[in-house]
Amino acid sequence: MWVIISLGLLGLYILFMLYPMLKLLINSVRDETTGAFTLRYFERFFDPDHGYAYTVINSFKVSISATVITLIIGVPMAYLYTMYEVRGRNFLMVMIILCSMSAPFLGAYSWVLLLGRGGAITKLIRAWFGIRLPSIYGFGGILLALSTKLFPLVFLYVNGALKNVDNSLLEASSNMGCKGVKRFFKVVIPLCMPSILAAGLMVFMRSLADFGTPRMIGEGYMTFPVIIYQQYVGEVGTNYNFAAAIAVIAVIITAVIFLLQKWSSNRFSFTMNALHPIERRKAGKIGSFFIHLFLYGMVVISYAPQLFLVYYSFHNVSRTGNIIKPGYSFMNYRTVWPDLGPAVWNTLRICGGALIIIVVLAMLISYLVVRRRNLVNNVIDTMSMIPYIIPGAVIGIAMIMGFNNGPLVLTGTAWIMVVAMCIRRMPYTIRSSVAVLQQIPITVEEASASLGASKFKTFWKITIPMMFNGVAAGAVMTWVTLITELSSSVMLYSYKTITLNLLVYVLVVGGTDARACAASTVLTLFTITTLVIYMRVAKNKELSL
Amino acid sequence: MNVEIRINHALKKYGDNVIIPDLSLDIRPGEFFTLLGPSGCGKTTLLRMIAGFNTIEGGDFYFGDRRINDLDPSKRNIGMVFQNYAIFPHLTVKKNVAFGLQNRKLPKDKIEAQTEKFLNMMKIQEYKDRLPDRLSGGQQQRVALARALAIEPDVLLMDEPLSNLDAKLRVEMREVIKEIQNELGITTVYVTHDQEEAMAVSDRIAVMNAGVIQQIGTPKALYQRPANLFVSTFIGRTNVLEKKLVAKDGALAVDFGGYQLPMPNLTAEAQAGQTVQASVRPEELVIVDGGEGIRGTVEFSTFLGLNTHYLVRLETGERVEIIQESRIDDILAKGSTVRMTVKGEKINVFTQDGSRSLIA
Ligand SMILES: Nc1ncnc2c1ncn2[C@@H]1O[C@H](COP(=O)(O)OP(=O)(O)OP(=O)(O)O)[C@@H](O)[C@H]1O
Ligand SMILES: [Mg+2]
Repeated sequence: MWVIISLGLLGLYILFMLYPMLKLLINSVRDETTGAFTLRYFERFFDPDHGYAYTVINSFKVSISATVITLIIGVPMAYLYTMYEVRGRNFLMVMIILCSMSAPFLGAYSWVLLLGRGGAITKLIRAWFGIRLPSIYGFGGILLALSTKLFPLVFLYVNGALKNVDNSLLEASSNMGCKGVKRFFKVVIPLCMPSILAAGLMVFMRSLADFGTPRMIGEGYMTFPVIIYQQYVGEVGTNYNFAAAIAVIAVIITAVIFLLQKWSSNRFSFTMNALHPIERRKAGKIGSFFIHLFLYGMVVISYAPQLFLVYYSFHNVSRTGNIIKPGYSFMNYRTVWPDLGPAVWNTLRICGGALIIIVVLAMLISYLVVRRRNLVNNVIDTMSMIPYIIPGAVIGIAMIMGFNNGPLVLTGTAWIMVVAMCIRRMPYTIRSSVAVLQQIPITVEEASASLGASKFKTFWKITIPMMFNGVAAGAVMTWVTLITELSSSVMLYSYKTITLNLLVYVLVVGGTDARACAASTVLTLFTITTLVIYMRVAKNKELSL
Repeated sequence: MNVEIRINHALKKYGDNVIIPDLSLDIRPGEFFTLLGPSGCGKTTLLRMIAGFNTIEGGDFYFGDRRINDLDPSKRNIGMVFQNYAIFPHLTVKKNVAFGLQNRKLPKDKIEAQTEKFLNMMKIQEYKDRLPDRLSGGQQQRVALARALAIEPDVLLMDEPLSNLDAKLRVEMREVIKEIQNELGITTVYVTHDQEEAMAVSDRIAVMNAGVIQQIGTPKALYQRPANLFVSTFIGRTNVLEKKLVAKDGALAVDFGGYQLPMPNLTAEAQAGQTVQASVRPEELVIVDGGEGIRGTVEFSTFLGLNTHYLVRLETGERVEIIQESRIDDILAKGSTVRMTVKGEKINVFTQDGSRSLIA
């Protein structure tokens, strides 16, 4: 029974992941007209005259800067949050989680609406002071949008690590004369190093693979997911094979970074478990003021632009949708309503379908990997982790190459989006399921066997129910990333499979701002609802990413 | 019920690592049988081979006449109690107990009745609708026991079931276990590394070391007539003194240096002039006021109420521990010299390498 399941899973991975990736690889070295072997596309990429290689450097610049900035913001935030009494801790936590949950490109878009050429603040400042704000477009804007969007990740990771730091470690270091800032750098940071590295990698990978942000706010500043997309949609002439070559290069880069991180985090890895968690102290009046200013300030900077989108969505606008008229109403909602209904339905069916598949497969795979180690299952384990290092845009293009002709044609259907989403998100859900399963002592399953239950019955009646809470919490987070997924689905959707997130994107690109805001508000409602459900489902309010 | 467990030449390897080289064992029907040995000696491994959770690299396992080597754990009809209880956390106490019965596809009222019976027997009736995480350790252990017993297994297996409990509960629960086992008369294999616990509950004990059974016997036999030096040091406390056998009045005696203890009960293997290991338990040394005896100096004394413990340095240089019933007069002072005699009929004498007993 389990052998059949193993082989079935292996088959799925071969068909839906290896096969498209292989086609991608083949296409990257095949001449588009003659079909002969060629390295032309790679040469073209690195040819200084074309300037494509620059996009890689740009991507790196953006990602490294974003990683550094988010660490500089996120680590001290987590430290202060753990060490000191903060008013409204729970509210603050919820807000930070919410920040981390919003659609990536919405952040960038809201910054454009505030500080862009025709942005609200830009206009205001010009009207009041006659000053022209520096341009938000390009490197600076990408960095602003990415940092404000991603620092919550660092905060949540490091906060989790600090929870496991035993108070006595801090007391011991104070006893030995290491206090305050010195202690922060000499004791706290090293103790949290594994989490800091993990968070850093997460931020780096996300910034590197992010398509929406540079697309919204980058303008001339190109990063490689953007050119993959451009080669694909053909804004400057379609070239699948060239897009494939760029994708291959992208995968190689992320793989190298991933391995580097693995290597470095192995050197820092250790486990902690706090008997006595850190006791929060009251800061002095002035200190407390600055702590609150910092923590709440960052949340406001991160989230307020999105609230502006909500505000904007109620503004009356001209018929084209981008000239503001006085007064407020639901008119934008009314105008997008015909599109909204199908988009909501698509979101539910495509993302919901993907979620169900992901959870079921992740539970099965984690069970096989943890409890039934053998060669096939080890292969599945390794394969399931591969998508972790493949940027969404690459998965998008691989899907198209795999399934727009040949034995299985899926392009234009909802299935291709479901498949892409499953592949992208599976590694995370599998990791969290594996962690959950490893917490369950094997003796519980043995007890069930000794009481006469078959292996399958044990899995169904004992293992799954015991895993359920942990997996459900992870599933909620998966759901959020699915409904805000852009970089691969933007290449895969058709007018029949447009989701809410894609609708916002299309409206934004189409320049109908107010309507985009209305759609984005509905999307925001989705994430907030999800968060509320999460708070209900999760026993502890910890976030597992 | 009441099956015999027979193990012939069991072999267990993990990779190239031989854990149990060649082990044979016969457990009688209805017996309370304990595997006792130091940590890592392979007790759990053997138990899990009986249960079917470990692979068997060689040998035959029988329940009665039935060879069970290749039988799936779920078909062996065993009740198993784990060190960490392994209670299903998502099921209520009652559903935990009923779980095994439901796998039997018994009629509902039968399941209900059987469940009730064991809930009552283990005195956990009042918690039956609770989830296990709201029970104390002792209560959880009762649930685990009720669950294992409810299926009326042929064999009950327990792996250190009490080691997670505090000392007082441990004593209480071991009495519960013993009582229930007596009542049901079910063949039981019990694993522990606590020798007092083993002595308290077992009909027979197998002392294991490094995957090899050193001795099988009743608690009394193990304590009084250990088969080798390992068993004698592992069970209870003892003083091991390397001495020579001498001929005295036509019989053999142990020469304690100025004090020769006649040993009429030695085997034919024992020869005059042979070096032996004499294992003398602290209570087998008697401090005497005068006459013949081993001479020594008191180095340390501890008054423990019923008994007083002395640490005495012998003239021959060894240090021995003595337990005396406390007396009303003064405790022997540090530095005072004493004479001791030895209860010859109780002590044990082993070959020099400690591998065999020389007591007939
Ligand atoms: N899965 C395994 N793989 C390899 N070696 C193992 C495995 N399980 C146990 N061992 C080894 O087998 C030996 C016996 O282990 P076992 O668990 O049976 O000891 P034990 O007598 O139950 O000890 P304790 O009293 O500590 O529970 C040990 O040396 C252990 O390291
Ligand atoms: Mg053990």
